[in-house]
Amino acid sequence: MYTQGLDQRPADGATKAGDDPAALAAFQARVDREEKIEPNDWMPQGYRRTLVRQISQHAHSEIVGMLPEGNWITRAPSLRRKMILLAKVQDEGGHGLYLYSAAETLGVPRAEMVDQLLAGKAKYSSIFNYPTLTWADIGAIGWLVDGAAIMNQVPLCRCSYGPYARAMIRICREESFHQRQGYELMLKLAQGTSEQKRMAQDALDRWWWPSLMMFGPSDRESIHSSQNMAWKIKRVSNDELRQKFVDATVPQGHYLGLTFPDPELRFDEASGHWTHGPIDWSEFNRILAGDGPCNRERMAARRKAHADGAWVREAAAAFAAKRARRQRAEAAE
Amino acid sequence: MAEDRNDWPLWEVFVRSRNGLAHRHVGSLHAVDGEMAVEMARDVYCRRAEGVSVWVARSADIVASDPARKDDMFEPMVSKIYRHPTFYEIPSEVKNI
Repeated sequence: MYTQGLDQRPADGATKAGDDPAALAAFQARVDREEKIEPNDWMPQGYRRTLVRQISQHAHSEIVGMLPEGNWITRAPSLRRKMILLAKVQDEGGHGLYLYSAAETLGVPRAEMVDQLLAGKAKYSSIFNYPTLTWADIGAIGWLVDGAAIMNQVPLCRCSYGPYARAMIRICREESFHQRQGYELMLKLAQGTSEQKRMAQDALDRWWWPSLMMFGPSDRESIHSSQNMAWKIKRVSNDELRQKFVDATVPQGHYLGLTFPDPELRFDEASGHWTHGPIDWSEFNRILAGDGPCNRERMAARRKAHADGAWVREAAAAFAAKRARRQRAEAAE
Repeated sequence: MAEDRNDWPLWEVFVRSRNGLAHRHVGSLHAVDGEMAVEMARDVYCRRAEGVSVWVARSADIVASDPARKDDMFEPMVSKIYRHPTFYEIPSEVKNI
């Protein structure tokens, strides 16, 4: 998910220096005809920059998103749950790789994007800066966080940039398993002992508001959605997606017999929608600025993993170089 | 992170989903050599039995047509409508043609 950081930066206008107005108009006409834009096609500089930023942030989010859940792999309560969680975390790594590949088609090497993340210069979704305190959090993440991700990602399958849209199609197919395993886990807890039910409620209490924040700032605050809408990078507004998520999720929570931590949550007969109370955007802004409960821990874990893997990368490169030399020598004989 | 400046080469991955179908491009990945690329393609692109065969090719080895010259490249074929069977009118009494 995880495109929210995009709305925090100034807009990349369509008409920055260097873009020929006729070419821009032809490009917009292609997008308006719902033609997909492919890597070697001409594109406005702002379009390229916006996509690189959004796709790389998305990729980073998938990679950092492995950490809160990876935290529970060794403590999963059964072999079944452990296998499921391992598969899910492996999927998140795979999603990060599909997305880095999609971003690379725009001319930015993966190593550069990874360096930006490790240097703390790149953003990733705010949601992964919350801690996973109990096993119920694994259920809440699958149900709510992956549920919110799906809401956001389904429209991205129709994004105007071909490689991003194709990566999103793969990812959406896999996310469905993530959400269902999470809901099933919550259901088991909700139907379990009173202590287990309390854990499920506590997880919902902690993850509900952060999940709503995943859709990014309100449309009223988001200054430059319109350019991204015109380019069909973004196809549905933050508030619309958030509303769809709330409408889908609230009845699922009630089925579990749990309550949402929002006294203002109610069903509005007139509109047919669930309305929710105000979101604490100061918390969201604090986390995006790097000051959430786990920002430092997550970055430290990523840097350590990268540094610890250095010898593997070096050894593989040395082995490949040796083999290539040997093959050249044999060919010369 | 000096070694990362010199990232592993990029490979394009093609997967045959089942026998009888052609290999299809599914994406790309970084690997030091072909053997590693095939193994990683399995992990990255085939976690749910998506394929029965994988091809990998160095991205740098792929030669592509120029999108900016798309019109010159493909137009001559577009205008040759007599290459399509529907160009020809055959009386409806004539069968099996």
